[in-house]
Amino acid sequence: MTLREYVREIKRGKLSAAESLQSFQKKCDEYSHLNAFITLLNERAMQRAGWIDEEISRGADPGPLAGTIFAIKDNINIAGVRTSCASRILENFNSPFDATVIRKLTDAGAVFIGKTNMDEFAMGSSNENSYFGNVKNSVDESRVPGGSSGGSAVAVAAGMAQAALGSDTGGSIRQPAAFSGVVGLKPTYGRVSRFGLVAFASSLDQIGPLTGTVDDAALILGVISGHDERDSTSSREPVPDFHSFINRDIRGIRIGVNRAVLEKGIQPEIGDRLQKLTDYLQASGAEIVEISLEKTLEFGIAAYYIIATAEASSNLARFDGVRYGYRDDRQETLAGMYRSTRQNGFGEEVRRRIMLGTYVLSSGYYDAYYKKALQVRHLIKKEFDEAFGKVDTILTPTTPATAFAMGEKISDPLEMYLSDIFTVSANLAGICGINVPVGMDASGLPIGVQFMANAFEEGKLFRVADFVEKNFK
Amino acid sequence: MSISTDQVEKIAALANLNLSEDEKSKFTVQLNTILEYVEKLNELDTEGVSPLSHPLDLKNVFRKDEVQPSLPVEKALENAPARSKNYFKVPRVIRK
Repeated sequence: MTLREYVREIKRGKLSAAESLQSFQKKCDEYSHLNAFITLLNERAMQRAGWIDEEISRGADPGPLAGTIFAIKDNINIAGVRTSCASRILENFNSPFDATVIRKLTDAGAVFIGKTNMDEFAMGSSNENSYFGNVKNSVDESRVPGGSSGGSAVAVAAGMAQAALGSDTGGSIRQPAAFSGVVGLKPTYGRVSRFGLVAFASSLDQIGPLTGTVDDAALILGVISGHDERDSTSSREPVPDFHSFINRDIRGIRIGVNRAVLEKGIQPEIGDRLQKLTDYLQASGAEIVEISLEKTLEFGIAAYYIIATAEASSNLARFDGVRYGYRDDRQETLAGMYRSTRQNGFGEEVRRRIMLGTYVLSSGYYDAYYKKALQVRHLIKKEFDEAFGKVDTILTPTTPATAFAMGEKISDPLEMYLSDIFTVSANLAGICGINVPVGMDASGLPIGVQFMANAFEEGKLFRVADFVEKNFK
Repeated sequence: MSISTDQVEKIAALANLNLSEDEKSKFTVQLNTILEYVEKLNELDTEGVSPLSHPLDLKNVFRKDEVQPSLPVEKALENAPARSKNYFKVPRVIRK
C-alpha cells in the first residue's frame, strides 16, 4: 500500500493510526538488534496517533499525511526530544524547538515513532561511526546499511516505519537507500528548509525522504518543501504538484549516460543492471544521450572532501561544552575544558574531519586546497549545466558496489570516501538526485541506480523513477 | 605537499582538540593519504575560474528590525552543563 492509499483509508476510518502505530512498534521490538533507532517515542507517539484518530472521528482533516508513521534522523530537532547526532557530545541534548520539517510534517498529520541512528554528525558511509553502535543492514546483518542515514534506511527497509527523513551532504540519503533497497531522495539545495537540522556542511546539506515507493517520496517532498524565513538559503521557487509526475510514460525523455561509468571499477552485476535498464528505457521511448561526466567522476570526491570538511570544522566549532552538550568538567582552565570536551565528546572520524577541514582552511594552505576545491566545484557545476542543456535527467549507479561487510573499510578512511563517487557531485552542484532499487546481486543484496536532474526539477526524477519502479523487471 | 606530526599538533591546537600521541601519528599518516589523493585537483587547469562557495545565487536577506518570538532564557539555559543565574558558567578565566 502506498502512503496515499494508506492516508485515504485512515481518513475513511477504515484504518486506525493507533493500531497502525502499534504494528510498527511491534516491528521495532522485533528488529531492535538492528539498532536502527537511538530514541523511541513510544508514549508520545501513541498519544499523537490517538489524537489523529479522534480528529478523524469528529470529522476533522488532520492533513495529507494523516496517521503516517515516520522515523526521523537524529540530527533533526523535535521539541522536547533528545537530538544526539549519534555523538557523545550531544548525548543528553534535549531539543528546545522543532525543525521546520518537523513542524510541517506535524501540521500534515504525521506521527513520529522515533529518532534514527546515524554516523556521528552525519560523517560516514557505513553507520559504523555512531556513539550508539553500528546499525545492521536488514537484508544481511553482517553488512553495513550505508550511511550516514543508515538507521532511517533500515527503519523503512525492515518495516519499522512507513517513511523516514534523512539528510544528504554527499550521498547520505541515496547511498544507504541503495544498500537497503529503498527509495531515497536528495532534493535540490534550498528546496527544503534546513532550520533545525544540525549543520555538517552548510552549502551541501539537504533534508530528504527515504520511502518504500517513489510516489511516497513525491507526497512527502510536497509537504516539506518551500521557503522558510528561518533559513535564508531556502528557495522561493514554486512547489509543483509532484503527484502529477507519477504514473506517466517516459516517451521523449532525454536520459544522459556516460560509458566511462562502467569503467570505474564498479561491481559487474551493477554494470549489467545499469545496461539492461538503459536498454529498457530506450525501448520504452526515452532518448539515451551520451554525456561527459569526466570532472564529476575524476575530481568530485577530492573537491567534496575538502569543502565538506572545511565547512564542518567551522560548523562544529560551536561544540565547546559551554552552552549545551557534554562538558569535561575535570579541567580547571577554559582552554583546557574546550580541548578536553571536544577530544572526548567527538568520535574519531569527526575529529579526523575537523583536522582535515582546519588544515585546508589554515593560513598558507587555503589557496592550495580550499580555493582550488571551490574552483573545481565551479567546473563540476558547469559540466552539469552543459549536460542538462542536452538531457532531462542523468542515470548512474548510486554506488560502485552493493553493501559491504562491517569492518571492511573502517580502517581506511580514503577507501570509505571513494564509495561516494557517484553521489557527492549532486551536492556540490546543488542539484537533485534519487535512488531507485532495481534488483539484487548474486548475494541477494539490493542494487540501486541514481537519477539526477537539474535544480528544482524533482518532477523529472519522480516521473522516470516511478516508471522504473513500476515497469522495469 | 605533505603534513608532518608537528603540523598535526598545530592544527589540533587550532581545532581545540587534545590528540593522544597514538592519534597524532595515526592522523599524520591518514591525513597524508587523503592529501595525496586530493592533489589530483592540480591536474585541472582552474586559471580564471571563480571559486563557487555556494550552489545558489544568493542575495543578502534583510528584514525589519522587529522583535520576533525567540527562545526564552529558561529554554536556552536548559541544556547548559553549568549555569549561574541567567548565565552560562565556565571555568575561571581571570586569576585573582
